[in-house]
Amino acid sequence: MEKSYIVKQISIFSENRPGRLAAIAGALRDAGINIFAFSIAEADGFGVVRALVDRPDDAHRTLTDLGFRVSFTDVIGVKMRDEPGGLSDIASILGDAGINIEYAYAYSGRDGAVLILRVDQVEDAIRQILGRGGELLEASLSR
Amino acid sequence: MAPWNPRIEEMPPDELRRLQFKLVKSLIYRLYSFNDFYRRRMKEQEVHPDDIRTLEDVAKLPFMYKGDLRDGYPDRIFSAEQNELVRYHVSSGTTGKPTVVGYTERDIENWSESLARGFSSCGLGRGDVIQVSYGYGLFTGGLGAHYGAERVGATVLPTSVGNTERQIELMQDLHVTAIACTPSYLLHMGEVAEKMGVSIKNDTDLRIGFLGAEPWSEQMRTRIQDWLGIRAYDIYGTSELSGPMFTECAEQQGIHIWGDLALVEIVDPATGEVLQAGEQGELTITMLQKEALPMVRYRIGDLTAVEEGGCACGRTHPRIGRIRGRVDDMLIIRGINVFPSQVEHALLEIPEVGRHFQIVVDRKGALDSMLVRVEVSEEAFSDKITELMVIKRAVEHRLRGSLNVGVDVELVEPGSLPRFEGKSKKVVDRRSL
Repeated sequence: MEKSYIVKQISIFSENRPGRLAAIAGALRDAGINIFAFSIAEADGFGVVRALVDRPDDAHRTLTDLGFRVSFTDVIGVKMRDEPGGLSDIASILGDAGINIEYAYAYSGRDGAVLILRVDQVEDAIRQILGRGGELLEASLSR
Repeated sequence: MAPWNPRIEEMPPDELRRLQFKLVKSLIYRLYSFNDFYRRRMKEQEVHPDDIRTLEDVAKLPFMYKGDLRDGYPDRIFSAEQNELVRYHVSSGTTGKPTVVGYTERDIENWSESLARGFSSCGLGRGDVIQVSYGYGLFTGGLGAHYGAERVGATVLPTSVGNTERQIELMQDLHVTAIACTPSYLLHMGEVAEKMGVSIKNDTDLRIGFLGAEPWSEQMRTRIQDWLGIRAYDIYGTSELSGPMFTECAEQQGIHIWGDLALVEIVDPATGEVLQAGEQGELTITMLQKEALPMVRYRIGDLTAVEEGGCACGRTHPRIGRIRGRVDDMLIIRGINVFPSQVEHALLEIPEVGRHFQIVVDRKGALDSMLVRVEVSEEAFSDKITELMVIKRAVEHRLRGSLNVGVDVELVEPGSLPRFEGKSKKVVDRRSL
């Protein structure tokens, strides 16, 4: 049951210099892969590009063939009300349940806003969010 | 493996030394009489051929340096007329003028003989197919290995460097059993083969590699042997000695330097003092039978140690250990001597990063800084920045421990560090002094 809400995020190692994001995005464009959401985490001279795409397996293969270091990470997408207090609701649920957020990023689209979360206990987080009336992105969104 | 020339290769050590003394003595008399360069040098040093009464007296003779060959460009140190020469090779002049080496028929003969002994000591012979992926042409690697391999009766596939995919196809189609190339080129071939869906270990007949023309390490040997399913042997030489000249035997316990062809000394790079067996220093060689371009006490600039005493294979000649670096590759970082080979050595013990690296030396204010760029390995790549930072710091810690100097590490994308098909250039020095 919880499994159907676990979304496969792709993470790509990237050097922190001009043109690297363009190379990644260009490769996905050429493969006809759509990016729903992405974020860049940066450290000392390098970064990790994280993205939710419509075809994660194809994206992984395409980028690996081009020589990128790519890995899959399990994340969840929580639907938020796109109005004041939307994020606060979700954060409270997780905070009350003692679930730690490793990182998060969000997008706001036609069908509302989504908070993408990497947490330490994924299945527990899913149960808590659903139990408190939250809505989650279905993994089937990406094939 | 059976010796190619048992009488010479298994000669008792004292007999070998007597032979060496005879050869040195006649070489020095010949040079003093007929070679202006050597006569002038000996006079400057106030040494006469009569002063050479024992083999140890060779230490009285003047050294010769790469710079002497450049100053003598193109052929002023030669001891043969042009009409006695059968070949020229020209070494690349990465630092200044190139060096020209001439060969008489006998020089080519001795070069081939030396490699025939080495190749056969590793089990290469009739029935083998050897792919020579050293450059052919002015560089000595290709033709040198070619002649040596033909001498032992192997079938030579002279692929030279480059067009790697074709090389891999030919390796499969012609059932190649041995290869001679640089270790970095063989690693490159292994990577290209994998991209083509070919496993050198499982899909080819390759079983022996003669790897040289750049320094490499014992860890790199283990990695190559395990990954590619071959026995990897070190091969050594420089164009001034003729070319690739000496190899390890199947025991992999040092490179056999044939004493009838070359006299080895290890000297202190700073003082020129001759060091004892087992001590690390600068390799210095006297070629005992070379005709066209005689080499006496030539300071090659490679750092190693000599091991006396017979090898388990039964051959009696002196052996040298792995080349630890170049006297002139040595980087001085905040007063500490650092060799790129030490970095390579340390990285091979860290599975989280790949085997390729680049050193960037710079000066920030008055202080030297050293940056080592490495590629994160597939297994170690984590989505979490914190874990990547742990790897970065672990590599820094490891390098600092083995180099005794602070090092910054930069993690870079796989495949982004240059892979060289010839001699690796792994150091960028941006210091302007």
